Amino acid sequence: MAFESLTDKLQNVFKNLRSKGRLTEEDVKAALKEVKMALLEADVNFKVVKQFVKAVEERAIGQDVMNGLNPGQMVIKIVNEEMIALMGSETTEIAMQPGKSVTVILMAGLQGAGKTTATAKLAGKLKQKGKKSLLVACDIYRPAAVEQLHVNGGKVDVEVFDMGTDHKPAQIAEEAVRYAEKNGHNVVILDTAGRLHVDEDMMAELQEIKRLVSVHQTLLVVDAMTGQDAVNVAKEFDDKVGIDGVVLSKMDGDTRGGAALSIKAVTGKPILFVSMGEKLSDLEQFYPERMANRILGMGDVLSLIEKAQESIDIDEDKSREMAGRMKKGKFDFEDYLESMKQMRNMGGLSSILSMLPGMGVKAGDLESLIDEKQLKHMEAIVLSMTQEERRNPKLLNPRRKHRIANGAGVDIADVNRFIKQFEQSQKLMKQMGGGKGKRRGGMFGGFGGMKGGFPF
Amino acid sequence: MSEEKKGFFTRLKEGLTKTRNNIVRGIDSVFSGFSSIDDDFYEELEEILIMGDIGVNATASIIGRLKEQVRERHIKEPADCKQLLVDSIREQMRVDETAYDFEHRQSVIMVIGVNGVGKTTSVGKLAGKLKAQGSKVLIAAADTFRAAAGEQLAEWARRADVPMIGGTEGADPASVVYDAVSAAKARGVDVLLIDTAGRLHNKKNLMEELRKMNRIIDAQFPDAHRENLIVLDGTTGQNALVQAREFGDVASLTGIVLTKMDGTAKGGIAVAIQSELNVPVKYIGVGESIDDLQKFDPDEFVNALFDVNMEEEQDGRTNVDSE
Repeated sequence: MAFESLTDKLQNVFKNLRSKGRLTEEDVKAALKEVKMALLEADVNFKVVKQFVKAVEERAIGQDVMNGLNPGQMVIKIVNEEMIALMGSETTEIAMQPGKSVTVILMAGLQGAGKTTATAKLAGKLKQKGKKSLLVACDIYRPAAVEQLHVNGGKVDVEVFDMGTDHKPAQIAEEAVRYAEKNGHNVVILDTAGRLHVDEDMMAELQEIKRLVSVHQTLLVVDAMTGQDAVNVAKEFDDKVGIDGVVLSKMDGDTRGGAALSIKAVTGKPILFVSMGEKLSDLEQFYPERMANRILGMGDVLSLIEKAQESIDIDEDKSREMAGRMKKGKFDFEDYLESMKQMRNMGGLSSILSMLPGMGVKAGDLESLIDEKQLKHMEAIVLSMTQEERRNPKLLNPRRKHRIANGAGVDIADVNRFIKQFEQSQKLMKQMGGGKGKRRGGMFGGFGGMKGGFPF
Repeated sequence: MSEEKKGFFTRLKEGLTKTRNNIVRGIDSVFSGFSSIDDDFYEELEEILIMGDIGVNATASIIGRLKEQVRERHIKEPADCKQLLVDSIREQMRVDETAYDFEHRQSVIMVIGVNGVGKTTSVGKLAGKLKAQGSKVLIAAADTFRAAAGEQLAEWARRADVPMIGGTEGADPASVVYDAVSAAKARGVDVLLIDTAGRLHNKKNLMEELRKMNRIIDAQFPDAHRENLIVLDGTTGQNALVQAREFGDVASLTGIVLTKMDGTAKGGIAVAIQSELNVPVKYIGVGESIDDLQKFDPDEFVNALFDVNMEEEQDGRTNVDSE
């Protein structure tokens, strides 16, 4: 998970701040030094870090904060706000041409930034929104780049336009736009060759494309793992070609992604998308606020809810019923299975935990604590029960347990432990259930159940 | 001096110009701007090294060493620190003499790394280099994941004029490795170069796949000299350290190929990795053509980085070359 280590660090810093009732100027400075180091280790550009720390310090050392009721919290709030400001306060949508006219998007970036992949992902995303895209192979240099685009285009079922490798990219782009207009495409995405920002000839090539074709959006694809150089790259591309936005790629690595923080601050260009995975569907909208929250370990509940809504196809009645049963402590093994299924749909336990508030700090530890394999064993145990047994755990006598253990391929002691823990969490839920009437149906019913239902 | 060498050196120098400008301007201003060696001086130095992607930890240890030397040698002038700093980094980056033994032995080289760092290109260039030196080379295309990776490598194999095995999208990479090793043994190949799919180091399954490939080579070709080269993008920041650590965990690393050094990237991350993991940089990539992969020369690297005695070094090289 991107930013995890930074989150860990900042949380440590602020744990110390929180424990103090009053803050001295020295306290704030000491904490901010830690923030500075953490940000630097996260590859946030040095100049940006300096500016950032200064901005936070100015606000944090003010009287209001120092004498406030909860100064530690205030400092965290300030850090959070400044970080959001740094990454661009608003979510920026890609600007489309009105009506039926063709929007031309140019994708640019260094070699290996992930342009071709991002290009296809973008086309897939726009297709979901009802746009008819045309992918254009303007990388005539890298061996097999044209083929790669064809394969990726095929995966998202979007047409690819190429003229081989014997024509100039600008010429290809021009032809492609003409082709698009004729064939009813409303978006043209130009995949260009990777190039160094200091390579004058190659930068001139991009200028040439923009001269011959009216490009509406130029997107720079930047590897999230880029170091201090990220701002140089973004700045050069902006100066020479002009960019409208940034796509941050490889965000599914464990990079702390300081590039994200730096680029907007230095170029003023918004980050439009983050590219998170190997699958072509993994291109996500960039939300500065959520990301800032995530960095600070405040969780990313909004993304979690959205993910849940997207990926879980739950029967509303069923989950309301489940939530109701849970309140009465009648949550049974059937519900447990259902919860497990939902959880997997949301990308597994660790992915969910990392988005929960207050879990940021512990996500790393928890991950090692909870073996996903162990969860599978538990599932196997439940699956080895008969339907009656699942609905009525009381039926489970030693003989049945023995059969279940055999069926699940685990020890009978494991079965016993699992059942015991399950009963305990049932009790717990009954106690909790009384007060929390506002827990609504939908995923929260299932989700709460799942949380309580983990018999670690 | 051969044309190629000069060209390469010029390119490296050109590539590093901006780097050097950034670092050196900073460093010179620190060395000349301070009248005494104090905390502010060290702090400024620290910032400059961090700006070069050298990282917080490696920077701390470099500065620590510098402080020690300054104390021991009773150095008072900031200007005298410069050579100490250059020497210290150069010493750290020195490559072991046995580092390139694989070129003269029957070896299997597996090239690994995250996505988009230039693995396939490096394999192609390396194949060309080894072939030119008279080695019998075989390339294995074990990147069966990325669209058209096989075609890309086939093109490099054609340019380098060496045979290639595998390359079918969707095939099991471990079986490609198995076949390649068998073929290498049967054909009496000197160097088997294996190109692998880019994988992020936090993807457990993909890393296990790599571990398996590594194990297959060990089991099927125990006599061969083994090299596992990790390809790192010179523009990568501190994450490269994590990459090296994680990849080293599944397939012990014998060296680094540092690519894309022709931009404004500082490549300082190599210093961090050498410092923390003790894996040497063996090759450095500064351009697109097949000759643009060169053995890493720590003197050249550090001198170019700090702009020390550039001309003399070049003359020195000429003499050595003509001997």
